[in-house]
Amino acid sequence: MTDDTGAVETEEAVEVPKRSLPNNEVLKGLFEPFEDVSWGDSLGQDVARVPNERWLDFATAAKGAGFEVCVDVTVVDWMRSRPDRFEVVANLLSMQHRLRLRMSTTAPRLEPTVASLVPVWPGANFAEREAYDMFGIVFEGHPDLTRILMPDEWEGHPLRKDFGVGAVPVQFKESHKVS
Amino acid sequence: MSDDTKTLDVWVAGTEEPELTPTDEGAQEIAIDESGRRLDEQFGRVVEDDYVFDDEAEEDERMILNMGPQHPSTHGVLRLQIELEGEIIRRTKPIIGYLHTGMEKTGEQLNFSQGGTNVTRMDYLAPFHNELAYSLAVERLLGIDVPPRAAAIRVLLSELNRCSSHLVALATNGMDIGAISMMMYGFREREQILAFFEKTTGLRMNHNFIRPGGVAADLPPGWKDDVAAIIEEFPRRLDQYDDLLENNPIWVARTKGVGVLSAEEATGYGITGPTLRSTGVDWDIRKAFPYSGIEQYEFEVPLGEHGDVYDRYRIRVEEIKQSLSIVEQVMDTIPKGDFRVDDRKVTPPPRARIDESMEALIHHFKLFTEGYKVPAGETYVAVESPRGELGCYLVSDGGANPYRMHTRAPSFANLQALPIAMADSLMADTVATIASLDPVMGDVDR
Amino acid sequence: MATTAPGNLLMTTIDKAARWAKTRSMFPASFGLACCAIEMMATGTAHYDLSRFGMEVFRASPRQSDLMVVAGRVSQKMAPVLRQVYDQMPDPKWVISMGACASTGGMFNNYALVQGVDQVVPVDIYVPGCPPGPQSLMHGILTLHDKIMNGEIAS
Ligand code: SF4
Repeated sequence: MTDDTGAVETEEAVEVPKRSLPNNEVLKGLFEPFEDVSWGDSLGQDVARVPNERWLDFATAAKGAGFEVCVDVTVVDWMRSRPDRFEVVANLLSMQHRLRLRMSTTAPRLEPTVASLVPVWPGANFAEREAYDMFGIVFEGHPDLTRILMPDEWEGHPLRKDFGVGAVPVQFKESHKVS
Repeated sequence: MSDDTKTLDVWVAGTEEPELTPTDEGAQEIAIDESGRRLDEQFGRVVEDDYVFDDEAEEDERMILNMGPQHPSTHGVLRLQIELEGEIIRRTKPIIGYLHTGMEKTGEQLNFSQGGTNVTRMDYLAPFHNELAYSLAVERLLGIDVPPRAAAIRVLLSELNRCSSHLVALATNGMDIGAISMMMYGFREREQILAFFEKTTGLRMNHNFIRPGGVAADLPPGWKDDVAAIIEEFPRRLDQYDDLLENNPIWVARTKGVGVLSAEEATGYGITGPTLRSTGVDWDIRKAFPYSGIEQYEFEVPLGEHGDVYDRYRIRVEEIKQSLSIVEQVMDTIPKGDFRVDDRKVTPPPRARIDESMEALIHHFKLFTEGYKVPAGETYVAVESPRGELGCYLVSDGGANPYRMHTRAPSFANLQALPIAMADSLMADTVATIASLDPVMGDVDR
Repeated sequence: MATTAPGNLLMTTIDKAARWAKTRSMFPASFGLACCAIEMMATGTAHYDLSRFGMEVFRASPRQSDLMVVAGRVSQKMAPVLRQVYDQMPDPKWVISMGACASTGGMFNNYALVQGVDQVVPVDIYVPGCPPGPQSLMHGILTLHDKIMNGEIAS
């Protein structure tokens, strides 16, 4: 797993020097104990790149630091352009500090697994089910990891980049655009 | 024989009445019977609910009831599996996905300028908010700021949209509980706003009017009269709603103390919008992370106390008033100027130039077929939709299409509150609770 | 006519009366799916007043209705449900496909949507638009009335 973090850090190395810390006191206090979590600034938004095995620890610490809402969990499928195919992104919100934080981790191509955030924020439940349904990411420790949007008997995970759009050719629209 | 008949001592009408000699024998037993209680029960004067709930009830004493997906009061195609014990709901499981449209996939096929047509169909009661979140995200990736007039138009339209959306929420909430007049009134007032939208954007819903770089067109001539008419008309109408609902004991009885959520539950489950504010949490993205210049206008964030259906209804009514006050301020202070950014890269040339200049025509054609390239990066932008935090997570890889377009749908998260709000409540309150969360299934399933 | 074939005349009259009755008491099943459903609701309420045509009573149960207005996009998950609701409706029954999505899949030509509800149930009238305004839906309904009265769509 150290390989993964190394890979992510080299990618971010251009904009994020080694171990730069945010100016905000709350975020600084959150990041400092986590040596292997890198902080980045993405167009003015704080991003934490967390190694896969530290995901739950960092989430627990973030909740302790005042991020009481997990707004969203979603996935980006990077296919071959990154060493680890999937990037799992969670958007956190702290109402008391008026702060947002985006934390992301990676999951490998085969058997992508990430720890579930439901024990920390129960509100991650539906979002993680959607991520499982659409991308096939397995969230370990999720109470009810079943398909949520697609029918139960559906095969495949539609939002993966290698899943076709599924468009049917339309009679009056025989342009090359229609797959 | 004659001896036997005498001992029976039966009094026959018309004969002399026998003298009764009361005895003490068996008095105590009789006293219980005649204490009034049992008689009252027999006459129905006392109704004792002797149904005793057993928390340890066997599995087979519970009944699973399936509600939906085709059901009049579940606001579209929501399906609920409800575990009942008698009349009491023990557990609920929302089953969704019956309206899954694959919009996030379609969003990857459309380029950035076409994307607005896609997102506007997600939350179809608040199309402007969807467009706004998407446009703000694209603009942040592009690093452009819209002119002040465009920002003001955006605020104007989105706040009017909040009114029309809340009107539908009130209307359907009323209809679900049985106040069908409310349905008629809510839709009647909504028509007035929709007429203005139609005049401005050309469509009653699904406008694709707020676009990356500004808005599609300037406000139509005479818009101030229409908006002024709305502002003048609505307070009177809202008072009518109060007469209709607030003073209606049935409405109050069916909403107060029903579907209660606590503040901790609401934050823990990521619930936002009026549902969160009904629990007393002071959280509005317009105040916390202002967007589109909304911080220039004065408004209040109405809060509830108990987190029940009634509070949510009150908050919606108050929010309509606040939105109208914002609209009024926008109307008074709207700056002059351009309605879209003067950036050749994202803005099509003006219509008049296309007829004259070949280059303008080519430029226009290129912009709408190939689209423009957006620098690589990722961003998350959230706006306060009528249902809560509506976020757009946009990832670009430097191409003309989004690499990933994800919408954080408020209704989707808010539905998680349903099992909690409905636990241990009565079956009859189900529809009231669902309606008060105001889920829009297009937003839930996308 | 009446002198040559009285029976025939009687038959035609009953048939006409029956057709007239069918058009004047059509109960739509409320089958709102997406954005179009909001326009369908708007059609039913005071401003557009569908009760002028005797059909403001949207029935919750398919058993009580004879017109299904498929208002909105039909997903792969919803299609079996739609078919079941249609099967539960008593004869005679009609279907209006409201909106671009229900008619053709609209702008969402992807894995999730049924590309046209006519793949699942037979459709009588297609109402174009995205969303079709209440006026369009009413025109669709009146066209359906015409179709029932005359057995074909009058031009
Ligand atoms: S046709 Fe348009 S308005 Fe109707 S359901 Fe489809 S997207 Fe929505």
